[in-house]
Amino acid sequence: MDVDLTLTVDGAERTVAVDTRTTLLDALRERLGVTNPKKGCDHGQCGSCTVILDGRRHLTCLTLAVAHEGAEVVTAGGLRGADGALHPVQQAFLDHDGFQCGYCTPGQVCSAVGVLDEVRAGHRSHVTEDLEADPELTDDEIRERMSGNLCRCGAYPGILAAVRQAGGAA
Amino acid sequence: MRDFAYHRADDAAGAVALVAADPDARFLGGGTNLVDHLKLGITSPGTLVDVSRLPLDQVEELPDGGLRVGTNVRNSDLAAHPAVRRDFPGVARALLAGASGQIRHQATTGGNLLQRTRCVYFQDVTTPCNKRDPGSGCSALEGYGRYNAVLGLSEACVTTHPSDLAVALAAADATVVVLGPEGERRIPLVDLHRLPGHHPERDTVLEHGDLITAVQLPASAVARNATYRKARDRASYAFALVSVAAGLELDGEVVRDVRIAWGGVAHKPWRALLAEEALRGAVLTEDAVREAASAELAAATVTAQTAYKVDMVRNLTALALTRLAEGTGR
Amino acid sequence: MSEQSPDEVVPEVVAPQVMGRHLDRQDGVEKVTGEATYAVEHPVEGDLLHAWLVTSTVARGRVVRVDASAALEHPGVEAVLDHESAPRLADTEDRELAVLQDDRIGFRGQVVALVLATSSEAAREGAALVAVHQDAEAHEAAFAPGSATYAPEEVNAGAETDTVDGDPTAALAAAPVVVDAVYETPHEYNSPMEPHAATALWDGERLTLHDSTQGVHPVRATLAPLLGLEPEQVRVLAPYVGGGFGSKGLPHAPEVAVALAALSVPGRPVRLAVTRQQMFALTGYRTATRSRVRLGAEPDGRLVALRHDAESQTSRIKEFAEQTATAARMMYAAPHRATTHRVAELDVAVPSWMRAPGEMPGMYAHEVAMDELAVATGVDPIDLRVRNEPEVDPETGNPFNDRRLVECLHRGAELFGWAERPEGVRARAEGDWWVGTGVASATYPMLWMPGNGARVRSVEGGRYEVAIGAVDIGTGARTVLLQVASDALGCPPEAIDLLVADSELPFATVAGGSSGTSSWGTAIAAAAQQFRADHGEHPDPGVATTATSGQYADMSGHSLHSFGAVFAETHVHRWTGEVRVERLLGVYSVGRVINPTTARSQLLGGLVMGLSAALHEEGWRDPRFGHTVTQDLATYHVAAHADVRDLRAEWLEEEDHLSTPMGSRGIGEIGIVGTAAAIANATHHATGVRVRSLPVTADHFLDLPALAPEPAGKA
Repeated sequence: MDVDLTLTVDGAERTVAVDTRTTLLDALRERLGVTNPKKGCDHGQCGSCTVILDGRRHLTCLTLAVAHEGAEVVTAGGLRGADGALHPVQQAFLDHDGFQCGYCTPGQVCSAVGVLDEVRAGHRSHVTEDLEADPELTDDEIRERMSGNLCRCGAYPGILAAVRQAGGAA
Repeated sequence: MRDFAYHRADDAAGAVALVAADPDARFLGGGTNLVDHLKLGITSPGTLVDVSRLPLDQVEELPDGGLRVGTNVRNSDLAAHPAVRRDFPGVARALLAGASGQIRHQATTGGNLLQRTRCVYFQDVTTPCNKRDPGSGCSALEGYGRYNAVLGLSEACVTTHPSDLAVALAAADATVVVLGPEGERRIPLVDLHRLPGHHPERDTVLEHGDLITAVQLPASAVARNATYRKARDRASYAFALVSVAAGLELDGEVVRDVRIAWGGVAHKPWRALLAEEALRGAVLTEDAVREAASAELAAATVTAQTAYKVDMVRNLTALALTRLAEGTGR
Repeated sequence: MSEQSPDEVVPEVVAPQVMGRHLDRQDGVEKVTGEATYAVEHPVEGDLLHAWLVTSTVARGRVVRVDASAALEHPGVEAVLDHESAPRLADTEDRELAVLQDDRIGFRGQVVALVLATSSEAAREGAALVAVHQDAEAHEAAFAPGSATYAPEEVNAGAETDTVDGDPTAALAAAPVVVDAVYETPHEYNSPMEPHAATALWDGERLTLHDSTQGVHPVRATLAPLLGLEPEQVRVLAPYVGGGFGSKGLPHAPEVAVALAALSVPGRPVRLAVTRQQMFALTGYRTATRSRVRLGAEPDGRLVALRHDAESQTSRIKEFAEQTATAARMMYAAPHRATTHRVAELDVAVPSWMRAPGEMPGMYAHEVAMDELAVATGVDPIDLRVRNEPEVDPETGNPFNDRRLVECLHRGAELFGWAERPEGVRARAEGDWWVGTGVASATYPMLWMPGNGARVRSVEGGRYEVAIGAVDIGTGARTVLLQVASDALGCPPEAIDLLVADSELPFATVAGGSSGTSSWGTAIAAAAQQFRADHGEHPDPGVATTATSGQYADMSGHSLHSFGAVFAETHVHRWTGEVRVERLLGVYSVGRVINPTTARSQLLGGLVMGLSAALHEEGWRDPRFGHTVTQDLATYHVAAHADVRDLRAEWLEEEDHLSTPMGSRGIGEIGIVGTAAAIANATHHATGVRVRSLPVTADHFLDLPALAPEPAGKA
């Protein structure tokens, strides 16, 4: 059944009619024409659909749009500055050739933005040795935290270098 | 995916009343498992009652040092909570070993516990599966078995429970607070999930309309000196082959108290009570842990595909407890 | 410049100015912002329909009846096509592509109906509501030992099925040292991140397909006659493609399905995205292989005899015979050699190309066998390979273009620190991990495809437009071809507009076989040089030259190959058996590297996919049902970021003007070759356990005497 929904997408308020079954990913891609987030698996197994949802990195394929009335969505497209300048994470991906085919890339970029926020906020990870100490942006931390975004082209070394650069770690 | 009605719940009691009154209704939490299943055709509810915005999203520190975790606390927030990291490191480790950063932001505490199996046949509606379609048969029994159970299995179902958090909570003596149509009740975590028996379609003892509202964690020395270790086929973003949640309190070299729970070996988080009993009062050595684990594993039923799990979980238990004994393993 | 026909041009050597240097990836900004539009992301005009495939649930049999009544009642569902209602194809000989043309079911997961709906939600539910009544027949889906019994006429890439030189049987019987073992690789799935997908529009006269493909012209060349259309009636575009690795190299059933759907609804665009699960049945895969390798050697490791007997499986509805043993024909010197290929025909999905078909599984087997020979003879694995270096191609007797395998091995050894490697197994531990190192050789043939064309046109302002129907599937072709055009025209890359990925442009062959840059670049060089000959250095705006490339590569006089050496350091957990690849280094001889940035990414990407195959990938087919049950990215594991640690790819400085006028050879595939063997060899060195079946998983390493006594080294 159809429901009208209001979302803020990349800074613009958008109203969209969705089916209750419509995922946030399909609402963006198929109903709003916002194809920056990609559909790689549709089952939460690849990370290509990652956006920043209400301030945190989030999958959109396992998320029903109807449950997110009023949400603020920032896609890789919306990370650009007002003047169109690239976000430092995006620039770092360019600098280190952190992609090939580009399909997982918008999700990787959004995820990287989230990772840097989470490290700043003190979130630990699976590879954090001491749960009591503040985490540092080591290579192992980046690898683990970025593992929810698969890249079949195997651009992980470039992605690692990009996140390191954007995080000011090297 | 069948068309369904969507209701956002205003309060827990109202949500419970809505679902209890409609056999075709389901709660929607973080959605990471349910939306997956809707797409796969594993479940086809007529109504979803969204409880993800109910204000059950606080971690409350109790006067006795324990915690009451609201069901809507996201996995990432629970793992990041200072009291969890300090007093329940095994729980924090289990959360961080699960899924991905994105999914942990989405997945809720209660929802995590109610994940359904990742058995490939359960997920494929074109194959028989007693859990999905009671009476249709178990395809995993003689099929793909790498992730199958070795303890507590039945002819009807040989699958495992996928949650990491639930294993750590089993070792932490957690209690689940459930709101049902008849009111609130408490269920020890170890009693929440069932063994498959003849009814693998039932994962837990919850009845239709029961809503997990909170998880309570009692403070203890074994919860504080605890860890979670997980072996998997990929270094990250993979379900456990086997996992171990362990807690240890020593008196010198002697075990005063110990907790051991295993993941990836059974239809539920497997609290290794026999192994714990064997270790209590014993000097903690690697051999003692291995022997204790072996006692628990004597009941294991293995196939060519699952035989490795016995060795692996025994090794991992020995690793977890010897490191906790050394004070390096949290 | 020698012209073979009025428009067929063999180019001369192109002097490097821009080639060999970094140039920014031309589509980088579009990709990091998500603004690049893939197959189902192009804006459409008209009332869009979403297509959803319904697939068979038996492995062999007949469709009795497709009952679409419930589906058609579902709001939004507009039509259901089945084998009776779908438009007819003009040619149904290729049963993989004869979608919805008859009632036969050849494998589980075959397309048996297609739903068209106004939303993807309705399409999905419509597909679930279509009742397909099937008559099952007994099927055979197990690739069991001994099931590969028939010899195909030839194997993939047109290679001979069997070869024999000398008397390998007698030589093996007489050899002082013999390695005789069977190596297995599982079904592997390309799994590009963008699922196979297309948007199709039939306007009554012309079919326009925005496809996710590695070749727009090959798709047109296949689809047009299939659909009974003239080539001009089919236009295929693929401006961005989210990876392919071979699975998008040939059209598969989904492309036919979406074309049929579009033909059935003139004027309405149709979008089809294959689900991730459906990809495991419908878009090709690398067949499992079973290789018996026998090496006979002198005590000093010199090979006297070599046999590689390879088995694979294919679909009964269409043959694909993997050329697993071909690398063994040219890799090492051995006076007595034999290779064979045998295939099992099963009621299963159709296998196809996956990155380095043949070389990848074949060199895994061969290079693990070489490691076993090194152990058996006590010869260092690098020395062993050096001792068996042939002077000419053992298969053809031709000289090699410039075989630098030994330099790759030695350079790699130096960079990797091979000299510090302890000789024995289980000799080193760090913390909870056993540590080992291993090496393997890599090889890949230089391939050049005939028929490529390019057009050069001068435009206002001293600019040029260079056009070719090549596709950039992430390789960097858009960037690298610009560099080739720039040097061939003698103008800066900024002055060139490169047009690609449209079948309206001059003909281009598939982005496959590591042949793209070689073949397309040769065509661009030909067109650019001919343009200068026709129009000079200061052409009038608007003048143009189109040329087809003649054969530049000396493929008959020389044996043209690339080589490499892969080094791995693996850590095996002493308690859980988990394997980590701590370091991976590849050193390659691949001709001139045109763009070091995109080339490094290509080689590293190959190493990552090789690592993924070594440790993770396994398509598990359930023979009772006939389909792969690990059919998603949670159960078919590909390497995640945490699996990939210290990776390095280097190359030797060189230029190869026997292969291409640019001095380059292909680089897309060699990175995956040998990598799994290097990792498997390293895990043997770490643990003493020889795993002869991929993937190398934790369960192999649980019975080690790993916990007592303590290993040497720091604990």
